[in-house]
Amino acid sequence: MVGVPSRHKSIFLLAAMVLLQILLLAVQIKSDSQGRLIRVWTVGAISPFERAGSYGIGGVRGTWVHYFALQNTSRENADLRHENDRLKLEVTQLQSRVAEAARLETLLNFRQAHQQVPMLGARVIGASADSASRTIYLDRGEHDGILKNMGVITPDGIVGKVIETFSNASQVLLLTDKDSGVGAMLATSRIQSPVGGTGEPRLEMKYVANDDKVEVGESVVTSGMDRIFPPDLAVGTVVEIKSGNPFKTIRVQPAANLERLEEVIVLTTLQPLILKHDSSDAASGANGKSPSAAADAAKVQANKSAADQPAIDKPKSPVTHQ
Amino acid sequence: MNETYELRTAESHIEVHKFRAGSILGTLVIIFFLQAFLPIYFHKLAILDLPLLITIYFGLSRRNPSTGLLLGMAIGLAQDSLSGPTVPIGLYGIAKTIIGFLASSVGARLDTEHPAARFALTIVFFGLHQGILVVERRILLAQPEVWFTVQLAIAALVNAVVGVFLFTVLDRLRKPS
Repeated sequence: MVGVPSRHKSIFLLAAMVLLQILLLAVQIKSDSQGRLIRVWTVGAISPFERAGSYGIGGVRGTWVHYFALQNTSRENADLRHENDRLKLEVTQLQSRVAEAARLETLLNFRQAHQQVPMLGARVIGASADSASRTIYLDRGEHDGILKNMGVITPDGIVGKVIETFSNASQVLLLTDKDSGVGAMLATSRIQSPVGGTGEPRLEMKYVANDDKVEVGESVVTSGMDRIFPPDLAVGTVVEIKSGNPFKTIRVQPAANLERLEEVIVLTTLQPLILKHDSSDAASGANGKSPSAAADAAKVQANKSAADQPAIDKPKSPVTHQ
Repeated sequence: MNETYELRTAESHIEVHKFRAGSILGTLVIIFFLQAFLPIYFHKLAILDLPLLITIYFGLSRRNPSTGLLLGMAIGLAQDSLSGPTVPIGLYGIAKTIIGFLASSVGARLDTEHPAARFALTIVFFGLHQGILVVERRILLAQPEVWFTVQLAIAALVNAVVGVFLFTVLDRLRKPS
């Protein structure tokens, strides 16, 4: 900057940098690109630390909760305490394995109820760096066959969809994000309407006419119309209904605990999934039984290409849980 | 550039702090790790904007507007990259570029070592940062965004309190004068 007083250089630099970023924003809006290269670099740099932190803190937390935090309860006798702690540590390790086995059993049961749906277990290793958007990072990426727009669920209900993939990680847009949405219907009346995120813990069901009858406590399940999730997976429960013009405002509590996700299942197919009902399943759904039970009991048939996919895998390594 | 020196003006002299080699980069990696990782286990900690606190701290300490705005831009762009699809690359970049510049400019004129001054400055910069974000969303992205909520006020206070303690910890990374 020849001829520019040094005290003004920083102001010129500020103006140039801000202008540059405004142009960057404008390019993204115009081309609908999301600056993938920068994201790949940044996520590639941070995700190894998140992965290591996830495993490390899981171990430290387990050891702390089950070992050190119990020390105050056994101060009367040092020898007994020492012996007790050693035994407790062993029990803790066993409990962690039992807890993990229980979680994996749940996943496996879910898998067995949906034999022909290709699935992959994944661990949550990070959250969004911005409190306004609701996303998480998984420890599975392109190397594991994860692709954009794949559905992500837990045995309790649906979680969201994959919006970005990296070599060993992927980013999932949670159902509660403002930009998120899923094809859904009321389990009892079978009224179809999309359910979307609001940026808050609860979801909103849109476009249900005032004349339609909806009850608080009614279950909301996937309709399959979005071609990402198979029908009859649990979305949530209606917790609040307000009349509007011309549609009701319906608040839905998500079935999956989206605030505390540790392990999830990725539906590793982009082909639309078809749910095959037998008569008893259809009856149970119509009788208002829980959608997750109905969904678990139902047999899901994927198309031919999906049938060749591998069965559900364990998350990449065990986690210690309290 | 490895020693502490003083910025002398007609009225006053203010110390410019240098940091140990790699400490800024290391701090950034740790901060982004914590920003993405802590909310998983402690959901309420999502209220913290650690990248903003780091931008303010290094701006106030380095007291060089050019360095401050470039560091703020790098931090902001990294935060954009790690955020979801509702955050285009450049949203936080612009906000933190400006905050880095202002923090460095303020740091070159005021003594910002006292905890009370740091507390007040963090609240001001948090509000300013939020204001810039709202302007960007409304004008550049045409998205509806509220100017003020009680939650934002609480977030400003919480970030200021955390900032005072965080800045004290980060002071240990400075090279001795």
